[in-house]
Amino acid sequence: MRRFTELCRRLDATTRTNEKVAAVRHYFSEAPAEDAAVALALLSGDRQRRLVTTTELREWAAEAAGIPPWLLEECYATVGDLAETLALVLPDPAAEEDSDGPPAATAGEDGLASIVRDTLHAMKGLDAAERKRIVVETWRKLGREERFLWHKMLTGGFRMGVARTLVARALSELAGVDPATMAHRLMGLSSPSAEDFTSLMAAEGAATDRLRPYPFFLASPVEGGPESLGDVGEWQAEWKWDGMRAQLIAREASVAVWTRGEELATDAFPEIVEAAAALRERIGIDCALDGELLVVGERGLLDFQALSKRIGRKRLTKKLLADLPVVFVAYDILELGGEDLRRLPLSERRRRLEEIVPERFDPRRRAAADGRLFLSPVVDAASWEQLAAVRAESRSRGVEGLMLKRRQSHYGFGRTRGDWWKWKVEPLEIDAVLLYAQAGHGRRATLHTDYTLGVWSDGRLVPVAKAYSGLSDAELVEVDRIIRRTTLEKHGPVRVVEPTLVFEIAFEAVARSTRHKAGLAVRFPRIKRWRRDKLPADAGSLADLAGLLRRPDDTAAVCSMVHQRAQT
Amino acid sequence: MHDLLTVSDSGLYCPAGDFHIDPWRPVPRAVITHAHSDHARSGCGRYLCWTTGKLVLRERIGNRPIDVLRRGESVSMNGVKVSMAPAGHILGSAQVRLEHGGITWVVTGDYKLQADPTCEPFEPLRCDVLVTESTFGLPIYRWGDPAAVAESINEWWRENRDQGRTSVLFAYSLGKAQRLASVLDPAIGPIYAHGAVMRLVKAYRDSGIRLPSIDQCTRETRKAGDGRAMVIAPPSAAGGRWLRTFGDARAAMASGWMAIRGVRRRRGFDRGFVLSDHADFPGLLTAIQASGARRVLVTHGSAAALARLLCERGLEASVLQTRFTGETVEAETSEDVEAETSDEERGEESGGDPGDAAGDAEPVEVA
Repeated sequence: MRRFTELCRRLDATTRTNEKVAAVRHYFSEAPAEDAAVALALLSGDRQRRLVTTTELREWAAEAAGIPPWLLEECYATVGDLAETLALVLPDPAAEEDSDGPPAATAGEDGLASIVRDTLHAMKGLDAAERKRIVVETWRKLGREERFLWHKMLTGGFRMGVARTLVARALSELAGVDPATMAHRLMGLSSPSAEDFTSLMAAEGAATDRLRPYPFFLASPVEGGPESLGDVGEWQAEWKWDGMRAQLIAREASVAVWTRGEELATDAFPEIVEAAAALRERIGIDCALDGELLVVGERGLLDFQALSKRIGRKRLTKKLLADLPVVFVAYDILELGGEDLRRLPLSERRRRLEEIVPERFDPRRRAAADGRLFLSPVVDAASWEQLAAVRAESRSRGVEGLMLKRRQSHYGFGRTRGDWWKWKVEPLEIDAVLLYAQAGHGRRATLHTDYTLGVWSDGRLVPVAKAYSGLSDAELVEVDRIIRRTTLEKHGPVRVVEPTLVFEIAFEAVARSTRHKAGLAVRFPRIKRWRRDKLPADAGSLADLAGLLRRPDDTAAVCSMVHQRAQT
Repeated sequence: MHDLLTVSDSGLYCPAGDFHIDPWRPVPRAVITHAHSDHARSGCGRYLCWTTGKLVLRERIGNRPIDVLRRGESVSMNGVKVSMAPAGHILGSAQVRLEHGGITWVVTGDYKLQADPTCEPFEPLRCDVLVTESTFGLPIYRWGDPAAVAESINEWWRENRDQGRTSVLFAYSLGKAQRLASVLDPAIGPIYAHGAVMRLVKAYRDSGIRLPSIDQCTRETRKAGDGRAMVIAPPSAAGGRWLRTFGDARAAMASGWMAIRGVRRRRGFDRGFVLSDHADFPGLLTAIQASGARRVLVTHGSAAALARLLCERGLEASVLQTRFTGETVEAETSEDVEAETSDEERGEESGGDPGDAAGDAEPVEVA
């Protein structure tokens, strides 16, 4: 584990990409394949199943440290990272060494893979007492930094601030293959074995797992107007769907649905799997499509929340499948009949896509009855002005705006600027007042950066949004200072502040919500700017927010609800 | 029985003796625990401090009368017997002992139990009531061996030098900077310091503290030491233009706050060395126990948590609200910076304006 700890220390000690790549390369050039495979899974942020609950860990750590549980919570609120908090409060191994116990911090010598096997996998299926024994024993064997990393593995949230592309770059340098090849080999690789790692390092041209997804090509936001992109005729415009980006791989033997987060989501979408198998059957050759998963309800497109319900369920009931039917809207084709099409221009890929998926998606038609796989239509326009006018309809159509793709573009990987742009509709906005604040996590530990904001309703401020981002570092520090000065009450880590600060918040949409006190929920709220020029009295109201609902009937419903509340 | 100390608008006040300890506003008579700017404000009528701290305090408050106490000495202020003992925080830092009507109070000021070659070690004082700081009053703060930290700083400097890079070490300009300078290995390369640090280096030397050779960082010395030098600077100079003038440099910070990874990463320093002039959590508990006090008043830092813990352990403990700013990681530092930034350092000569970064200098250990 020592070698891996050293890698993490080096990654932590620099913000420079080149140095990080060098550190990763160095690690993988030295580590045995079995350790390397584990390290790769950790660095890639593979989600592991949690083997102990954090409640148990907190309890056991407080006991080992000889501190009351509330004090551990105070510490956690300050540090903003549980794995680190536990590592910091636990007594040093050297301090508790005794004659009959094992020598302190010996596990540092063990390989990463054997630690994972002996201390993590060994816990599966054990009862709490047995798991506690393993945890406490492991603590005795590890140093402070190793404990921190081990806790990260234990709680299944291992993130070391290493981008996947960075790992891909290091490995491609080491293996001597193209970075794109390495990125593809890494896609969808979860819990790799030593053999997987060895084949990952194979020379160019080696066979890879055929159900693995291709790296997604990502778009960047258009800054300013699209006019700077040149002639509108060179661009293909499509709707930017408010669904889930996914890759559909249809092979003779089986079908796979991959989400953009590289999660295999095949089981969550049986109707898509069935449709893809039918497509494979019809065209007689394999293919890989890039597109969007969308839920189409009775009244047309449902928003992203509906889709998360589908993804979130462990068991898919018939009712759920009927209530939230999903379609796959394809906008690109990456592979057809064993041929990698990614180096062809978009116009050519589009032609082939239209051949195999001819039916255009129209959200206004209840399409679910007759099909599952559709073609994402091209939005035709003769000028940027015309496109801008179409884009203005985005919100009423339930889409996020437009995608602009250069007709000549290859299908790249990662976020390479220049060929694919997202031209999202302007966000909605409202001025809201800071009500509660909490210290942030990670980089923002000890700074109060997690805000709950409210708007007026019947003479009182009601919380409507939580926002974590949008201010500059300097502003965060300044706001933190004001929060400390204007704290009225403290409830654990949460501070109730005197309402003095007004922020303009931006968000994508408003929806009705029974879970929120305000009866409304805003989607993806973030702080646009600090309105130093405004007083809390100048902030917006719940009625203002309700006016931004997508459907007019929703607006009426919420307004009457707000009205009722005002009367009671 | 009235308390021997209360908190007035101007600070910790002793009504019986009619004097303040570390007042935050000008008062006629001030007893000073140490010369950090949130404890030693200028403009008071008369100052009293520990003997070794006089020159450093003079640097801070200018031309005002300063009385000193030595070991074994005491002074009676309206019948309140005042004596002092070293606190181990920075040069000349001291605890204040008040005796009146058979009751003894001790105000620790800021303190640490760790060894520090630039100041006298902390001496535990027995008392009935202890007023203690709690800057690092959570069990997440447990310092390692300072000699090992010193070694890793020298190691870092050596590595940077071998790669032709200047090392810039940010540290509080009074106390921490001199403590660091005293443990640097001059064989590695030349040592330079920001003007704010230099004035206090002089005060330390004049007080008899031995420090290696340090030159003020100017355009010329910067050239001479390029790629080999260690530069010690206040945190307020980080992020400003001043740092960029070093070209290929590596920056680190030495502070107790560096114990938290999130703080370290937020500041974006290449390295964070965990070295503090305050007691860590076990140190605070040790000092509190050694005082024998039944009643403990906890000031700035994790006061509420520490007081609660002490209560659970059977002591009579509560929070004493003060305005000492060591309280938070993001403590306001601009005032200190102004007080400590010499005119020439602001000017064109050194090519920088540390003042412009004052606002975002945050995890600084203001003592």
